[in-house]
Parts: sequence; C-alpha cells; structure tokens
Amino acid sequence: MAIQEVLIEAKQLVKRYGDFTAVNGIDFQVRKGESFGFLGPNGAGKSTTMRIIAATLTRTSGEITILGKDPEKFGPEIKAHLGVVPQTDNLDNALTVEENLYIYGRYFGLSKKFIAPKIEELLDFAQLTEKRSVKVETLSGGMKRRLTIARALVSEPEILMLDEPTTGLDPQARHILWDRLFRLKEQGVTLLITTHYMDEAEQLCDRLMVMDKGSIMAEDSPAGLIKNFSTKEVLEVRFGSDRNADVAPQLKEMCERIEVLPDRILMYADDGEALLHDLGQKGLHPLTSLVRRSSLEDVFLRLTGRTLVD
Amino acid sequence: MAARQGSLVIVDVDRIKRHGALSVVEGRLLVLLKYIPGLTSAAVANPFLYLIAIGVGVGKLINAHSGGVDGVKYLTFLAPALLSTAAIQNALDEVVFPTLEGFKWNKSFFAINSTPISGKQIANGILIASLVRVTFSVTIYGTIVYLFGGFTSIRGWLAIPTSFAAAAAFGAFIMGIAAWAKNDDSFFMVLGRFVMMPLFLFSGTFYQLSSMPIYLRWIGWLSPLWHTTELGRYLTYGHHISGLMFCVHIGYLVAMFSFGMRFAHRQFEQRLAK
Repeated sequence: MAIQEVLIEAKQLVKRYGDFTAVNGIDFQVRKGESFGFLGPNGAGKSTTMRIIAATLTRTSGEITILGKDPEKFGPEIKAHLGVVPQTDNLDNALTVEENLYIYGRYFGLSKKFIAPKIEELLDFAQLTEKRSVKVETLSGGMKRRLTIARALVSEPEILMLDEPTTGLDPQARHILWDRLFRLKEQGVTLLITTHYMDEAEQLCDRLMVMDKGSIMAEDSPAGLIKNFSTKEVLEVRFGSDRNADVAPQLKEMCERIEVLPDRILMYADDGEALLHDLGQKGLHPLTSLVRRSSLEDVFLRLTGRTLVD
Repeated sequence: MAARQGSLVIVDVDRIKRHGALSVVEGRLLVLLKYIPGLTSAAVANPFLYLIAIGVGVGKLINAHSGGVDGVKYLTFLAPALLSTAAIQNALDEVVFPTLEGFKWNKSFFAINSTPISGKQIANGILIASLVRVTFSVTIYGTIVYLFGGFTSIRGWLAIPTSFAAAAAFGAFIMGIAAWAKNDDSFFMVLGRFVMMPLFLFSGTFYQLSSMPIYLRWIGWLSPLWHTTELGRYLTYGHHISGLMFCVHIGYLVAMFSFGMRFAHRQFEQRLAK
C-alpha cells in the first residue's frame, strides 16, 4: 500500500491550565483517509487535543501542523477544511433542520447554488428528509446527532472530527451513526474520533491512541493493541465479594495475568475454556464464569490499571 | 449523489475573511424573519401607545400651559429622544439575547467559530443584524411620529440616523458586556434596573437636561441617549447647541462605539478560546 500523505502531525504537544496539565507532550501523526481514534476516560486529554487540532484552542508548547499549517497562525485556513462534531450538539434551535444545514454552508462561504443540492444529499445521508422543515428543538437526541454530523459535512471537509459521537445515544441510534461514518470513510474522508467506548473504537478506528492523564499509553490498530497488550481470551470469574481476594493468589499461578476488580476477577489466557476446566480440576468452582475474547477495555486496564469508566 | 469535490476546491478562505460577518448577519436574519409578525406588531404598537399617552396626552397639557418646550410643541421635542430610546432598546434585544444564547444557552457561537469565521466577525455580524432590526423598527416609529404630527419639517426624519448612532454605540458596548457576563440572571437585572431605566429617565428625554439638578446631570452626560437626543433635536428643529458640544456629542458616540467594538472583539475572542 502506498504511504499516504500526513495530514496532522504533533510533536511534544503540551496544554496546561495553570498547574493542571491536560495534554502532556504527546506525539502523533494522522494520515489521509485514515480513521484515527483517541481512546481514554474522561479527563484523558482527548477533547483538549481535538480543540487544538480544530484551531479553537492554543497550545502551551510543542509543535502541531494540520494540512501542513500551524493552527495558531492559519486558523481560518485550517478550519476551512475541517468538519467539527462537538461533544454537545450546538445546533441553532430556532432554525429548521434544513436551515441549519444551509446557514452552516454559508459560514463556509458556499454559494446558495452549491448548498441547495448539498442539503438534499445531507438530509438523505442523515435520514432526516422527512424532518427537513421541523425545528431542531423537536428532534430526538439521535436525530440531532445525525444532523450535527451532516452539518459538519456541508463543506466536504478533508478531515471530519467527532468528539464522543455516540455518547448518550441508544444502541439503535449508535449503529445508524456508525453506518454513516463507515460510508464517509469509504469516500476517503479522514476521520478523527474521540471516544471512551471500546466497541466504538474497535468498530470505527484503523488506528488508536490510548490516552490517560494527558499522556499516550499506546498507539496501534485495535487488533494490534489487543495482540500486544492482552491475551486472545479472558475468563471472568466471580467467587463472591468475600472470596475473590482469597483465591486470587491461586488463580494468578494458573494464567498469564489476572486483574482483581471489585466484583470479579479477570484471568488472561489464550484458551479461556481450557482455563475454566483447569479451575474445576483444582476444586475451584466460581459462582459465575464467562469466557470472552479480549477487548480494548482489557488493554486499557493493562496500561493504566483502571477501567475506562472509572 | 454528486461527486465529492472536497473543501480544498469549494471553500474560498479569502472570501470568508472578507465577508464572514455577513454570513453571521444572514443567520441572524433567518431567525428574525421567523418573528417578523411579533416584531412588526411591537414596532407599531409601542410607539402608537406611547405617543397617545405621552406625546398627545401629556403633550397637550404642556403645550396648553407653556406653548411647548424649547420653542416647539412637546411631541416635536420628544420625538428624537423616543426614537433613540426605541433604537437602543431594539439594539439591546438583538445583541444581548443572541450573545448569551451563543455563548451560554446553546453555544451556537462555538459552532460558528469552528468554521473559518472568527470571533471578531461573529461580533460584527451580531451588531450589524441588530442594526438591521433597529432600522426596521425606528423607521416604523418615525412614520408613526410623522403621522402624529411630530415632525414639523422634512428635517424631522433626521432623528432616524441619530437614533441609529445611539443604537450602534450603546449596542457595541453592551454586546461586549454580554459576552463578558458569566451570570445571565444578574446581568438582566443590572441592565434593566440600573442601566436602562436611569438612562431613560435622566437623559433629557422628557425635559431638557439643564432642568435637572446639577448632581444628576452626570447620568445624562454619560448616556448615549442624551448625546443622540441633543443631536437629534439640533438636526430636526434647530435646538441650540454650540459647535463645541456638537463635536463632543459626535466624539462621545464615536468613542463609545470604538471602545465598545474593541471590548466586544476581545471578549468574543477570549471566550471562544476557553
């Protein structure tokens, strides 16, 4: 595969608010057409990094270029090629669905002639054609989210930035959104996504940067992260909250690694079923057990010692 | 679906740098058009009721007892002040609410600021849109004053541009304050009770400022309403002001506008970058 052009490059990027360091000297590159994710819990520095890329927040130190330009010197030139979907929908509630698309296009200096067919295309994309004349304040959360994404696409951006795109949405709305984002990726749009949902990160991202407390913990493809930082499978066992800590030392000797959580113990092994069988052989009978494949949650636990929802 | 051209082809940044504020104006007008029946009703009803009560009612009494004020009938004396008051009120409605909404209530300014449009351009657009509404409302007000016989000559219509100047100067200043204000509840209370009401009452609106006790006149001196009212009275019926005071009135309004816009620009840029 040909090496794609680098659209975003950060070197030793730092953002401080007084004594608090939100972003602590991170380096990363995002290539054209790639779907790049920032994974981490709240407060990891994901949104701050996104705002620096979006040229709406100045950095404290370090270097960053977007499309080869410094956002502090070329804010409008960079913003012209970004589609931004913020964490909280900031649509104009007084306007209708199509008026929101129209005026956002005008903010990008687009002509009415260009915007008119674009609105039809985006209404179809967001499955909001029937709601075109409805005021935004009457839409459901999922509809508002789709409209916010559609709005960000009106200028056909080179990079689409999505900050926690599905937070607060029900499962059906999430899957519709994922489908729409897949389509964009197929069209060659570079996606930049922050999320604290591991399934979303796995579904949408080619490459992930795991962040915690402003620093990068690891960077790879979802499969690469799981391969490098976890086993193939995980056996989750519960012996009861009183016994979990007591049996933990025995369990530790039976597998590659364990994590003792407040309600359960995670045992890491390439064959979970075989491990469960071994437990029975040793007379250890958990109250409940579950064998599953390793996920990014396990990677995060390994890297930070905490779960994503801590 | 049309073939994707990409933002590198379709977005002209230089054009946005030149005309971005006008897109913000367009967005505000799109919202205002939805309220046009209400805005029109208010623009007609307010002056109509006011002129019947004060201009005609109180005016009849004053005209009968003293033959008017400042050598003209009371309504003619009052008209420039009423037009400036209406202009200021309309401007405040259109800068305060959108600014609080844009920064706090639904954060729409942050959406605009994620496009190539800058904070300064947003502030400029909000003020220009407010002045469009001011022009609309004050023109209706002026027409009603004319129908009530408040303009003694064609010069009477010059009260419209002077009221526009009051709206621009005060609107710019208050827009900066609205962008700076963190607590919108106390902001409305302070604006209504401690700014608008004293301005309206102590700016030589209903009688000449020189009739006021000296210790209250400073309110008028600080008020853009007094400066535009004096200019309006000078232009519409020849109220006497010295050449120096003419320059002071113009200079005060220009200074207030310039300071207000610089202050607003700074507040908009700072708040959008937080």
